[in-house]
Amino acid sequence: MRKFEKLTSAVVPLNIENIDTDQIIPARFLKATTREGFGENLFRDWRYNGDHTLKADFVMNNPDYSGRILVAGKNFGCGSSREHAAWAIQDAGFDVVISSFFADIFKGNALNNGLLPIQVSDAFLAEIFSTVEKDHNAALQVDLENQTVTIVATGAKEGFEINAYKKSCLINGYDDIDFILNQKHLIEEFEQTK
Amino acid sequence: MSKTLVEKIWDAHVVKSEVGFPDILYIDTHLIHEVTSPQAFDGLRKRGLPVFRPQQTVATADHNVPTLNQLQPIKEELSRFQVDMLTKNCAEFGIELYGLGHPFQGIVHVIGPELGITLPGKTMVCGDSHTSTHGAFGAIAFGIGTSQVEQVFATQCLLQQRPKTMKIEVNGELGKGVSAKDIILYIIAKISAAGGTGYFIEYAGSTIEALSMEARMTICNMSIEMGARGGLIAPDQITYDYIKGREFAPAGEEWDKALAYWKTLYSDADAKFDSVLTFDAADISPMITYGTNPGMGMGIAAHIPATGDQAVSEQASFQKALDYMGIEEDTELVGKAIDYVFIGSCTNSRIEDLREVAEFVKGRQKAENVIAWIVPGSKQVEQQAIAEGLDKIFEAAGFQLREPGCSACLGMNEDKIPAGKYCVSTSNRNFEGRQGPDSRTFLASPLTAAAAAITGKVTDVRTLLNEPAHA
Repeated sequence: MRKFEKLTSAVVPLNIENIDTDQIIPARFLKATTREGFGENLFRDWRYNGDHTLKADFVMNNPDYSGRILVAGKNFGCGSSREHAAWAIQDAGFDVVISSFFADIFKGNALNNGLLPIQVSDAFLAEIFSTVEKDHNAALQVDLENQTVTIVATGAKEGFEINAYKKSCLINGYDDIDFILNQKHLIEEFEQTK
Repeated sequence: MSKTLVEKIWDAHVVKSEVGFPDILYIDTHLIHEVTSPQAFDGLRKRGLPVFRPQQTVATADHNVPTLNQLQPIKEELSRFQVDMLTKNCAEFGIELYGLGHPFQGIVHVIGPELGITLPGKTMVCGDSHTSTHGAFGAIAFGIGTSQVEQVFATQCLLQQRPKTMKIEVNGELGKGVSAKDIILYIIAKISAAGGTGYFIEYAGSTIEALSMEARMTICNMSIEMGARGGLIAPDQITYDYIKGREFAPAGEEWDKALAYWKTLYSDADAKFDSVLTFDAADISPMITYGTNPGMGMGIAAHIPATGDQAVSEQASFQKALDYMGIEEDTELVGKAIDYVFIGSCTNSRIEDLREVAEFVKGRQKAENVIAWIVPGSKQVEQQAIAEGLDKIFEAAGFQLREPGCSACLGMNEDKIPAGKYCVSTSNRNFEGRQGPDSRTFLASPLTAAAAAITGKVTDVRTLLNEPAHA
C-alpha cells in the first residue's frame, strides 16, 4: 500500500453534496479486471459529453484548477461498495479527499488504498471552497502525523480524526491483510470453538 | 449484561478485540461475483496465498450478464472476459460457482436466502453494498470493498470497528397498496440518504413482524441507501418456516441445534441502542422518488418539495437534481408520462414480487408508450414463475419476462435505460445515470411500477385497486 505523511497542494473543488460512487465511476466502466486505468473515467458523465468531448464547465476540465487534493460536498462516496471509486480517484492523481461527511464503505476503501479521506467541519469546508474560489491556486497543507489541514494562505487550521491503527497503516504502508495474517493461529483456534 | 441482536452476533464472531485496534471479526459466509472479485484474486496470487476457507465461499455471475439468450456467449468482449475470469478464478481457488446456465444462478442476494445459505446468527459479506439484504434473517451482513474481499479470501476474517446500533420501529397496519418497498422508501425520505451512516439498523415493531421474508429482505436491502452498513430483523417463526427444507439449510439434528440457537437471537428487552426511531405504518402511502438520491422520496400523491424549503447549503444540489430529472418544484408527479418500467433487482425480484405484479396486471394491458421488463432474481424464481403460469400473464399484459441478473438496476450490462427516458423502477438507486447515461429513475414498489406500466404515467396505484381488471 502507498505510504502517506504530508502533502501541500492546490485543490480541485467539487462543491456538490451526496456525490455517489456511480458519479465517481459509472458501473459500465467496472469491467476491467485489474486496479489500474480507472482514472480515465473518473466522474465520467460530468467530465465528458456523450460524444467523448470534454464538458468545458466541469472543474476537472478547467486548466485553472489542479492539485492532488479533491474537495467535495458532504456525504461523499455514498452508494455502492465499488472500490473502483477509490482506485479511480487515486489513478487520476489525487492523494487526499476532503469533505464534511463520508459514506462508510467509501471511507474504508480509500484508507485500504492509501487515499486519505479527511472529514472537516461544514464551516471549514465552506472556508476552503470560498478561498479556492477567490484564488484557484490556493494550497492546503495536510499533515497526517499531527492530523491537521491548513489553508496555507490564511493559516486557518483544523484538526481531523483518524483511527490510530489506520493512521499507522498509512504512515507505514501496511495493510489489513498483513495485520491479520500475523494472527492466523488465533483464527484457527477460534474455528475450533465454533 | 443485556445486548442488542447486533451485539450478540458480533460478540460471537470476535476472534480478537484489542483496545486501539478494530476487532478481528470472523466471517461465516463470503459471497462473491464477477465485478468486485478479480482484483482480489490477483492480490492472492501476488502474495502467494490460497483462499483460506473456500467451502465458506460461494460465487455467482449476476452484475455483468445479459438477461436474454444467457446460454450464448456474451456479446460484449470486456463483459465476457470478466465473467470468464470468475469461472477461471473459482476453478483455480476451489470455489463453488453458480454461473450462467446453472440452476442456482441468480442475483447474489436472491440466491443466498433461497438456497438456505443465509441463516440467522451468521456473519456474511460480499463485495456489494446490498449485502445488507441477508440481515432479514437476523444475520450480520454487509457490503465490502475489493481489498476486504481479498482479506476474507486470505483469512476468513475482517478488521472491523464495532458499529453503532439504531432501532427503527414501525407499528400498525399498512394501508391498501402499501408494501415493504414503500416502508423503506418512507424511512429513507424521513432520515435522508446519510441518516444511517455509521449504524447497523435493527428493524422491529408490529408492522415489520407481520411481513414475509421477501418483504423483510426488501427492507434490509435498502439499509445502505441511508448510509447504514447493515440492517437486520430478529428471526421468528416466519424466518424458520422460510428456511426449513432449503437446499443447504441444516436438517435433522443439525436443524434442532440451529433452531435452539436462533431462538436466542433477539435484542434483550433492556438493551441499549445508540439511536431509536419510531414510525406509524398508517402514515405511509405508496412512495416514489423524484430526485437523484433515494432520500428524495415522497408519498406518490404529494407535490415535489420546493427548492426554497431546503436548507440553504443544500439548495444548489437539490435544484441540480430536479434539473437532471426534468421536473419542477412544487408540482405533482402523478400523471407524468414515462417510458420504461423495470421490475427486478436484489430489492424486488423475488417470487412474491412477481406474484403481486402478476395478480395486478392479469386482465390488464400495458400502455403502448411503455417498455416493461420483468427480470427474475434467480433461475429458481424464473422457473417458479413459469411453473405458476405467471409468464403467460406477463406476456398477455405486454410485459417481457427476461432471464435472471442485476439487469437495468445499474447500467452495466446490456440492459440500460436510454438517455433522457423515464423509468419507474423497483430497484434501489436513482442516482444520475444509474440505469444508463442520462437516464431518469423514479424508484417505487412493484405495484406502483406495474400501475405505471398499465397507464403509461406515474400513477397512484390505489386509484386502480378499486377498479376490477377486465378479464
